[in-house]
Amino acid sequence: MQTIDRIAAKPDTGAQGGGTPVVVVEDLHKSFGTQKVLNGIGLAVKRGETLAVLGRSGTGKSVLLRLVIGLEKPDSGSVRIHDQDIAGLALDELGEIRKKMGFLFQHAALYDSLTVEQNVAFPLQHHRKSMSKSEQRDRVNALLAEVGMQDAVAKMPADISGGMQKRVGLARALALEPDILLLDEPTAGLDPISSAEIDDLVLKLQEEHHMASIVVTHDLHSAKTIADRLALLNEGNVLIEGSFQELQKSDIAFVREFLKHS
Amino acid sequence: MLPAVNSSHGLIGEFFAWFGDLGIFFWQVVRAGVTPPYEFRELFRQLDEIGSKSLPLVALAGAATGVVLSLEARYSLTRFGAKSLLPAAIVFSVIHETGPIITGLVVSGRVGAGIGAELASMKVTEQIDAIEASAVNPYRLLAATRILACILMLPLLTLAGDACGLIMGWVAQALVEPLSLHQFINSGFNGADFNDFLPPTFKTAVFGLIIGLIACFQGMRTSGGAAGVGRAATSSVVLSSLFVILADVLLVKLILIFFP
Repeated sequence: MQTIDRIAAKPDTGAQGGGTPVVVVEDLHKSFGTQKVLNGIGLAVKRGETLAVLGRSGTGKSVLLRLVIGLEKPDSGSVRIHDQDIAGLALDELGEIRKKMGFLFQHAALYDSLTVEQNVAFPLQHHRKSMSKSEQRDRVNALLAEVGMQDAVAKMPADISGGMQKRVGLARALALEPDILLLDEPTAGLDPISSAEIDDLVLKLQEEHHMASIVVTHDLHSAKTIADRLALLNEGNVLIEGSFQELQKSDIAFVREFLKHS
Repeated sequence: MLPAVNSSHGLIGEFFAWFGDLGIFFWQVVRAGVTPPYEFRELFRQLDEIGSKSLPLVALAGAATGVVLSLEARYSLTRFGAKSLLPAAIVFSVIHETGPIITGLVVSGRVGAGIGAELASMKVTEQIDAIEASAVNPYRLLAATRILACILMLPLLTLAGDACGLIMGWVAQALVEPLSLHQFINSGFNGADFNDFLPPTFKTAVFGLIIGLIACFQGMRTSGGAAGVGRAATSSVVLSSLFVILADVLLVKLILIFFP
């Protein structure tokens, strides 16, 4: 209820109105072998806006996120970040763009040989070399406090729960103060209370950091909680895009069925 | 076309594709490794992991080889009336061939499996993707550091293996027939020069390149969960051991040509 209230009170960031999209996906195609996963998909997300990408399993939602951050190469089409096409960029050139992006993996993908503190410090150690050790430690502590994990600094990833790992993953994704946040199934595998906590956290971070966010999820409740817009994928393309209310009004059979079973 | 012919064409194609992918991987690692930022902290960690932690195993294998060589050589040389050549036979065998190849194979077993399994596990749990998503080049951080550490540590480990082999070779001989270490070394190294010592020792840097490169490649390209991790660890050991032996054939010939 607290979350729903917060949505109702969520200030208008202006994302729906003007502003240039910071992430633009155009006519993107991707196949794995003979399996066509994305079939000419197009999306755009502005700063301060959260787009939830929904769809059945295997419809290419996670692949879409991996294409946006350049972990996969598209067969054709383009991904533009801050108006720069990332196709064909060398790894180090792509790295410069990735510094402006945060990515939360579905299973958090924390480095299992490093402590929670070292995981969050990892991007700072590589990209904020001008920061002293104590400044880095302060920044890590602030990030962990922001996600409610300040008491777990010395723990190893294997010693904390899945929900906690996602919080730490979120802190790591925010370490370089990104202006684009990509979340892959942030509530998957979590109990309803932990899911609601993650939703609240994402909302809070979005309000504070004003990022362009793309959230891939199966969880319709989570999607309508945290997103300004929802895009429903089917057969490798966006079937419908709009607010939750707009999706509810749709006459498309697949949309109605998806909403009914979610 | 017959199925057997089709199948052999497929295998040949896979073989060349593997080499092509390995070449591309090597190029990416070299390009990442020679451009800043340099990952010195990870390099020192790997030097410790690959060097110090392999030392006991290499020392033990070197010592055992020294004992076996001493026992076998004594038996053979005594039969042919050349027992006085025993120290030289042990020294030359150890520093020319057995020390380097035993070190290469021991390290390919311990380090190859370790690197292959570690990187494969990181790959299947998306940790390598997370490194890349954090704008850090995984070829530089994970592969270049491990390969360079293997290249640097193999010659040093070979020296340690050689030393243990020679000492235990002397011990095995001294237990049968009194002989001081000084006499053993003097007699063994009589007539030997740096050409007998340096090229065989430094050829193990090539073994290090092979072990590091193949283990990183097999680890970072793996897929398929726990089974994939197992396959990567096994293939790292098998392929790196095989290529170490094949490279040894070539290097021995080159050393004999260039350092007669």
